[in-house]
Amino acid sequence: MADERFVVSPSPHLLGARSTRAIMLDVIIALLPAAAASAFIFGIRTVAVIAMCVGVSVMTEYLFTLICRKPVSVDDLSACVTGLLLALNLPSGIPLWQAAVGSVFAIAVVKCLFGGIGQNFANPAITARIMMIIAFTGSMSTFGQAIGVDTAASATPLQIIASGASDALPSIGDMLLGLRSGSLGETCAVALIAGGIYLVCRKVISWATPVAFIGTVFVFSLVIKGDPVSAIYQVLGGGLLIGAIFMATDYSTTPTGTAGKLIFGIGCGLITCLIRFWGSYPEGVSFSILLMNILTPYIDKWTRRKPVGGAKA
Amino acid sequence: MAFLKLPGVRVPHRKNTADMPAIRMPAPAEVCIPMSMHIGAPAKPVVKPGDTVKVGQLIAEAGGFVSSPIHSSVSGTVKKIEDVLTSSGGYVPAIFIASDGKSEIADGITPPVITDSDSFAAAVRNSGIVGLGGAGFPTSVKLAVKDLSKIEHVVVNGAECEPYITSDTRTMIDRTSDIVEGVALLEKWLGAKSIIFGVESNKKKAIDVLRAAFSGDDRVTVKSLPPIYPQGGEKVLIYNTVGRIVPEGKLPLDVGVVILNVTTLASIAAYVRTGMPLVEKCITVDGSAVKEPKNVIAPIGTSLKDVFEFAGGFRCEPKKVLYGGPMMGISVPDLEQPVLKMTNAIIAMDSAESEVPEEKPCIRCGSCINHCPLHLDPPAIGKAYKLGDTEALEKLKVNLCMECGVCSYSCPARRHIVQRNKLAKAELRRFQTERAERKKKEEENKNG
Repeated sequence: MADERFVVSPSPHLLGARSTRAIMLDVIIALLPAAAASAFIFGIRTVAVIAMCVGVSVMTEYLFTLICRKPVSVDDLSACVTGLLLALNLPSGIPLWQAAVGSVFAIAVVKCLFGGIGQNFANPAITARIMMIIAFTGSMSTFGQAIGVDTAASATPLQIIASGASDALPSIGDMLLGLRSGSLGETCAVALIAGGIYLVCRKVISWATPVAFIGTVFVFSLVIKGDPVSAIYQVLGGGLLIGAIFMATDYSTTPTGTAGKLIFGIGCGLITCLIRFWGSYPEGVSFSILLMNILTPYIDKWTRRKPVGGAKA
Repeated sequence: MAFLKLPGVRVPHRKNTADMPAIRMPAPAEVCIPMSMHIGAPAKPVVKPGDTVKVGQLIAEAGGFVSSPIHSSVSGTVKKIEDVLTSSGGYVPAIFIASDGKSEIADGITPPVITDSDSFAAAVRNSGIVGLGGAGFPTSVKLAVKDLSKIEHVVVNGAECEPYITSDTRTMIDRTSDIVEGVALLEKWLGAKSIIFGVESNKKKAIDVLRAAFSGDDRVTVKSLPPIYPQGGEKVLIYNTVGRIVPEGKLPLDVGVVILNVTTLASIAAYVRTGMPLVEKCITVDGSAVKEPKNVIAPIGTSLKDVFEFAGGFRCEPKKVLYGGPMMGISVPDLEQPVLKMTNAIIAMDSAESEVPEEKPCIRCGSCINHCPLHLDPPAIGKAYKLGDTEALEKLKVNLCMECGVCSYSCPARRHIVQRNKLAKAELRRFQTERAERKKKEEENKNG
């Protein structure tokens, strides 16, 4: 009888449309303007760095799942996102083998060894970048020259500010367009903000983390420097935008609720400022996100909502 | 507390049948009436094989206080009384009646005599009416209120938030006079001073009809609510209509509320007017495998096969068939299953819709947490369940989960979240029962 072939399963029998893969695809789409801008600003080598990072990331995850006899997971596109983000956080002149080492580290050590997607407590791209800053200090702090920028050779705005030669800074207009030295994807503020708005509209990320993170850096800089223009340079210089929009909103490694996201963003902002103003590194966004990643389980626990109508246990 | 917003999700409406008045189907050749079509003790059969019965005749009496009597939906002969497998997995006796096709009305069907609130509750009990929104809780138990002054509001649930289902919508539009009479009964016998209809704003016609019908009665409010699933969940609707939260382990009455489904209310009025108990049900027949979606009034006990056939059959072979809507409906093993008292829809899905997608790893997006109407933490519940940490389950209040399925619906990794919650709830119940027994034993040992 035909009836015997009915599927019997518990409710719900209807599911929302968006899958993990669709979410990751949205993140990739949101990163495309920044990637395109970096190819324009830093030249064709950008494409090689991106291709290397994405390719090695995907291959690493594929091989890892194969060796560990786990279900193949690269079709969820999350390894692509990690590779793309890592590439956009590297300088254009990075030797390709170093980019490959960073990608293997991000995927194999930070992501897969902790159990794969959703299980890692630290952001793979950020942690790999920090590893590379320490291991490959020279190539990681030599930034390519942006197109149409003659002055200030290859110092980033934050390096210029740290050195005290603030009249060598690019104009705010150039900063918005990304015509300045820096990591590949961090410079073009307009492209990053467009990507962020896309992700918020698609409800992939919440507004809370980027607003809290960027807002904290702006307010803190305003208080310390005492002038809004310097504060704007703090927001647009360095990796704050790409970090706040794309890395501090990573699902696995940041809090789930709005309250938690606000705490996370404010914490990131404070640590970033502490490192920028008093640390020996000119940039602190990566470190701040990694440090707050560690606190995420506790933030989640502290900000867990009370069940509606729940009696005291 | 009014600043609190209970979240939910926007599910597709698919209310294809909203403009279709229900069509009454003829009595089928045979009906199968299970003794458990309500929450509580199964009813006890009072007929035996070979007896002749008529429409509205009592065939089973209530099996306890929380129970409900059952009446024949056709005229004919009792063929057999046999255990049947219910969709919840247990066996209950069912009375099989061969219909003579005449649908003769039983003798002595006369309107009940009601003199006070007790006789009103007794009449509702004799009517066999249970919560027709889907839960099937015996309505008379809700109305047996000792101190009527405790009732501040009666909330009438016309939210109908599940996709496809429009049987309550049709009740509001086609049986408005029954609803008006029902409200009069509540005002008269329960002393209800405030009656609030909660209807989702996507049923504009129903809202207009109700507002027109009650324009002269300032005790009645018709509230248009956003169409966000699960608007019709009891706790959600009470909060969104009167702003009160039903605490854990308490009943709506403890916060001054009696809540009834709109079709339940109309059915009470119909019984009080005619004396004919609940023997038929308006159900929405729809789904991707159904050729012509319809609203059908079917005798209780009619097989789903007969209902689908009457409605026009299938467009393609169904792969999954549901009692109720796709969010909380129960999938049935075959089409021999009968229409129950609380069945408000039967949905047949094609093979593409029936697929159960593979569970992928959680990406910690927080969608389930942020969409849970009751602010539960499903990932933490899932983890505690996996570890067998029942005490953590107790602290996480998994017992409050109303199984609305918003978590699973919104999960991008297609995880079986609400399904795991159900298992965790059962585990917690087992743990709490055992603990209570152990405590009782310890007390006895101390005293003995």
